[in-house]
Amino acid sequence: MSDTITLTADAMGKTPRAPPPMAMLAELTHRCPLACPYCSNPIALTRANEELSTEAWIGVFEQAADLGVLHLHLSGGEPAARRDLVDLTRAAVSFGLYTNLITSGVGLTEARIASLADAGLDHIQLSIQGISPESADRISGYAGGYERKMAVAGWAADAGIPLTINAVCHKQNMGEIDAMIDLAVRLKARRIEIATVQFHGWAERNKAALMPTREQVERATRTVAKARENYQGILVIDYVPADYYSKYPKACMGGWGRVGLNVTPSGRVLPCHAAETIPGLSFETIRESSLARIWYDSDAFNAYRGDDWMPDLCRSCERKAVDFGGCRCQALALAGDANATDPVCIRSPLREHLTREADALAATPSVDFVYRGR
Amino acid sequence: MDGPVISGASVVKLARGVRLREDAVRGQTVLLAPERAMAVDDIAVAIVEALDGERTLDQIAADFAEKFDAPAPQIAEDVMAFVRELSIRRMLEIVE
Ligand code: SF4
Ligand code: SF4
Repeated sequence: MSDTITLTADAMGKTPRAPPPMAMLAELTHRCPLACPYCSNPIALTRANEELSTEAWIGVFEQAADLGVLHLHLSGGEPAARRDLVDLTRAAVSFGLYTNLITSGVGLTEARIASLADAGLDHIQLSIQGISPESADRISGYAGGYERKMAVAGWAADAGIPLTINAVCHKQNMGEIDAMIDLAVRLKARRIEIATVQFHGWAERNKAALMPTREQVERATRTVAKARENYQGILVIDYVPADYYSKYPKACMGGWGRVGLNVTPSGRVLPCHAAETIPGLSFETIRESSLARIWYDSDAFNAYRGDDWMPDLCRSCERKAVDFGGCRCQALALAGDANATDPVCIRSPLREHLTREADALAATPSVDFVYRGR
Repeated sequence: MDGPVISGASVVKLARGVRLREDAVRGQTVLLAPERAMAVDDIAVAIVEALDGERTLDQIAADFAEKFDAPAPQIAEDVMAFVRELSIRRMLEIVE
């Protein structure tokens, strides 16, 4: 019996052809009432009138299921901003896809959640920005958001839909991790996913306000370890630590074009949500091509498969099968070259500079957030 | 706070949001949960399908022992190990 998504895909990665994708993230819309300062959506958002139609999305779901996708994540922006969310869910479920809704909760009502349950929604991932109305609503820039989230968690429980709480942690809420975990248990979540902020998209503009200190990160790691013990069998805790304080980069998306794919609101198919920042790559849309063709044969998906593209440092490194040289978008952002070793890696010549920069940003006394669209 | 204790007298079933599915593209059966896809072999499938929320784990193991003509203690141990694993991952609902 093999284990997680990543492991299952690993076992199949030996073939010269890419393995079929396990997961698809459908960014149904970029519209969102919240304004999180670490939003990972691109700076230039897709407008509502460019979004794929209901029929077009359903067609993508069907192609995804045929291609071998098992998990479908309905995301955004705020997916509840799509009026056809229930219809989309029902269609996805009918193709056998394990359908997960990633939401801020805003835009969901008790009736809508009951309809989603009826349509067969498998799971909800609800984001929280903090543990009190004051802290959470300040961070999300949306008054009343916290209260709505609490209500949504209750409605999901009533409707019998299993719940994961998503929390992004950063300089300004790192001390609340304990309380976030307790809150997740109170909300009857089975799982919490605590991810340290990453500096893609909008987050780049708030680096100084978000970068946690080394001490904060170390404390968080201890907190998580203890909570895992306390809540064994009650709450699964998935924790993504800060990569700028670790030794090695993360395997981005389980490896470029290996495990999953993203579809943007207008139907562009990407290996990862930030891939469009990489110059020189062109990404096809499902309006002009099939999902299978894009996954197996497009230049963009093949660009960073295997190790031919790697710098010698990575190609000769035994960890290349683990982290695939790290994140391409991060290499671009920090090294100015998407083909470089991820500068987070201790073997990268740029690592020292990065550490100094992170420490300096972390030491910056608290600064105000720059909010999206405000 | 203590997690659930599972014994031979426990009655369990798959939690909502966890299900078995044929994966035709890869020619395997998978157990799907949030963010997880576990490829499962025939034995695991048989155990999962036996978790009906009615029989105790002891009864399930005894039924298997009879059906496959195998030593009961060994089977009970395998079933228990697998079920505990599922429980830690929050993939089970404990009925009693
Ligand atoms: S390339 Fe970077 S931004 Fe894109 S998914 Fe991978 S880690 Fe994330
Ligand atoms: S050198 Fe490259 S492959 Fe090796 S650990 Fe660093 S990023 Fe990963």
